[in-house]
Amino acid sequence: MSQPRPTLVIRGGRPLGGLVTDISIENGVIAAVGADVAGEGVEVVDARGLIVLPGLVDLHTHLREPGREDAETVETGTWAAARGGFTAVHAMANTDPVADTAGVVEQVWRLGREAGYCDVAPVGAVTVGLGGERLAELGAMADSAARVRVFSDDGVCVSDAVLMRRALEYVKAFDGVVAQHAQEPRLTEGAQMNEGELSGVLGMQGWPAVAEEAIIARDAMLAAHVDSRLHVCHVSTAGSVEILRWAKSKGWDVTAEVTPHHLLLTDQAAATYDPVYKVNPPLRTAADVDAVRAGLADGTIDAVATDHAPHPVEDKECEWAAAAFGMLGLETALSVVQHTMVDTGLLDWAGVADRMSVRPARIGRLGEHGRPLRAGEPATLVLYDPSASRVVQAQDSVSLSRNTPYAGMTLPGRVVATFLRGCCTTAVETVPA
Amino acid sequence: MRRHLLSAADLSRDDATLVLDTAEEMRTLADRPIKKLPALRGRTVVNLFFEDSTRTRISFEAAAKRLSADVINFAAGGSSVSKGESLKDTALTLQAMGADAIVVRHHSSGAAHRLAAAEWTRGSIVNAGDGTHEHPTQALLDAFTMRRHLGDLAGRRVTIVGDVLHSRVARSNALLLTTLGAEVTLVGPPTLLPFGVAGWPVETSYDLDAAIVKSDAVMMLRVQRERMNAAFFPSAREYSRRYGLDARRMGLLPEHTLVLHPGPMNRGMEISADVADSARSVIVEQVSNGVAVRMAVLYLLLSGVTVPAGISIDASSEAGGAA
Repeated sequence: MSQPRPTLVIRGGRPLGGLVTDISIENGVIAAVGADVAGEGVEVVDARGLIVLPGLVDLHTHLREPGREDAETVETGTWAAARGGFTAVHAMANTDPVADTAGVVEQVWRLGREAGYCDVAPVGAVTVGLGGERLAELGAMADSAARVRVFSDDGVCVSDAVLMRRALEYVKAFDGVVAQHAQEPRLTEGAQMNEGELSGVLGMQGWPAVAEEAIIARDAMLAAHVDSRLHVCHVSTAGSVEILRWAKSKGWDVTAEVTPHHLLLTDQAAATYDPVYKVNPPLRTAADVDAVRAGLADGTIDAVATDHAPHPVEDKECEWAAAAFGMLGLETALSVVQHTMVDTGLLDWAGVADRMSVRPARIGRLGEHGRPLRAGEPATLVLYDPSASRVVQAQDSVSLSRNTPYAGMTLPGRVVATFLRGCCTTAVETVPA
Repeated sequence: MRRHLLSAADLSRDDATLVLDTAEEMRTLADRPIKKLPALRGRTVVNLFFEDSTRTRISFEAAAKRLSADVINFAAGGSSVSKGESLKDTALTLQAMGADAIVVRHHSSGAAHRLAAAEWTRGSIVNAGDGTHEHPTQALLDAFTMRRHLGDLAGRRVTIVGDVLHSRVARSNALLLTTLGAEVTLVGPPTLLPFGVAGWPVETSYDLDAAIVKSDAVMMLRVQRERMNAAFFPSAREYSRRYGLDARRMGLLPEHTLVLHPGPMNRGMEISADVADSARSVIVEQVSNGVAVRMAVLYLLLSGVTVPAGISIDASSEAGGAA
C-alpha cells in the first residue's frame, strides 16, 4: 500500500481533547490520522499539549462592510475570526446597503473570498431594507453565487406574524432557515438594559425577558405549523431556554444560539454606565446565565454564536443612551466558552466542537465545515492551547474596533493556529521534519 | 465627602448630616444684607445643562455666586450624538477652561457617572439630574426642609406619591431618606412604580388614602401629561382622583404633616391649588433651601475639607477671607 505523501504534519495534538495523535494534511485534505504519519521532507507543526478542533463556524457576525468600513471590513473581521479559530462566519445583513439583494450578498461573499481568512456565508435580509414590510428576494439570494441559506433581519425582529409565517414557508423551497432576532418591539421601545431590579435603580428603560420569550414561543409554533425551520438568535433568558426545550420536545425543527457574553456577563455590568456593556439583547441576570449555560450543555441551545458587533470608539465613548448596541466577540469566543463551559465541567471538548462547529455548520448548511477529523475530510481545523492564559487588551485585537467587554479580564486558552482547507490562516511556526 | 456627588447613595449618614448641617449655616446667610461668602473665590463652577431646567440652574448659579465662585452657564441642547458635540468633547472643553466643578443635568441616565468615571475632566462632578436616575441635591434639599420642621428624620414616615418610575427625585429621596433613618413609602399606580421596586428598602402602596394618614411628610411628584398617551393611566382626571392631593385628602393628614413638591407643579393634576398654597405646604421654602443646600455641596466638594470646625460666616471672617 503506497503511503500518501503529506505536506504538513500536525504532531502530538489531541483531536477533540482525546488521545494524542498526528494529523497529516495534503492538498487541503486530511490525509491520515494516527501515529507516525510523518514521512520524509514534510513540515511539522508541534501540537503537543494542544487541542485539535474542527474549524469553528460562527452563525452571527457583523462584518459591517459595505457601509461602515470605519468599524470593520470583511478583511479585518475575517482576520479576527481566523485568530479566534473560526473558518466560516455568517455575515449579518444589516449593512448599508442592506444585504437584501443578490448583488449585495455576492459582493460580501466575494470580499470574503478575496480576503481568504475564512469562508464568508452572507446572511440575507428577510425583508426589504430590514423594513419588516415586504419580503426581500430570498430566492435570488439563495440562487446567487453566495448560496444564501440563512435569512435574518437581525437587529430588528420580524414582528409581523404573517410576514414571519410567509418567510418560514418560503425558505422551504431552498432549504433555508429564518434566524429570528426575538424582540417584541412595543415592549422594548427605548429599552437600554435588562428589565429587573437594577434597571429600576439605575433609572434605565428595561428590556423585559418576556419580549424575547413571547416571540420565540410564537415563532416556534409558526415553524411547527408550516413545517419549516426556525433558528433563534442570541438566546438570553432562562424562559427562552424553557420554551426551546419544550419546542424541541415536540420534535419541531427549532435551533438556537447563545453568545459568549451571555454565557459570562450579567446585567450588573450596567451599573458602571460604561456603554461597552450595552448590547442587544441585554446582559441578563446570573440566573439567566446559569440557564443558558445549562441549555448549551444539554443541547437545548445548539450553538455558540458571537454576535461580533464592532463599533467605532465614538459610538461607545459617550453616555449610555447615546451609545450603540454590541460588542466584539470573535477573538475571545473560544476562551469564554472554555472558561464558562469546559473549565466548569459542563461541556467537554467534543461538546465544544459540536456547539461551535458541527451544529452551526449544519444549521447554516455549510457542507464543508463542521466535519469529523478523519482522513478524506477537509483540513479545516484549529489548534488550541487550553493551558494558556492571557489578560485581554482591547488594542491586541485585529478588529478595526475596540469595544471588547473583556478588556482587563484574564481568560484561559489561546488559539495557536487555524487551518482552512489546509492553509494556515493565522501565523504558525513549522519546522522541517 | 468624596470628590463627586453623583448619587444619593454616595452619601453615608455622616456625610448627609454634614451637608445638612453645613446648609443650615449657609442658610443664615440669606438673612444677611450681604449674601456672599469668599469661600470659593477664584474657583470656577460650570453649569452644564443638556436639558432645560431654569429652576435648578438658577439655584446652582445663586449658590456658586454666593460662595464667590465664577459661574459659567453652558446650555448644550439636544442629544450629544445627533446634534453636534459629544459629551466627551464638551467635557474636554470645560477642562481646558479650568472648571473646578461641573454641575451637570442630562437627559440620559448615568451621564454624570460617565463624566466622572471617564476622567475627561479633573473637576468635581455634581449630578443635577440624570435622565430618570437621580437628582441628589433635590433629595438633600427635601431632607433639609423636612428636618427643619420635623427635627431628626430617624423614624419619620415620608410618603412619595406619583410617577416614581420616571422620577429621579423619588430615587434620590428613597436612598437618602432611608440613609437618614426615615421610613419611606412609595405610592402610585402599579404602572408608575419601577419594576423590581420590591427589592428597594421602602414600602410601596397603591392606596394613597391609606398611606397618607400615617405620614409625617407627603411628597407629590410631577406627572407629565404625556404619560397618559402611553397607557400608564387612563386619564388625567382618573389619575387626579386616585393619586392627586386635594383638599379632601389634605383633611386626612395629621396636623403636623408637611406637603412637599419638587416643582414645577401641575396644579389640578397631582396637587390642587388650595393644597399647594396651604399653610402646611413647604414648596416655596424648598426653593430657598435649595440654594443653601447647593452652597453646602459646592463648598464641601471644592474646599476639600472634611469637617469644618463650624463654618464661620460672620462678617469679620468674610472680610478676612477677602483680604
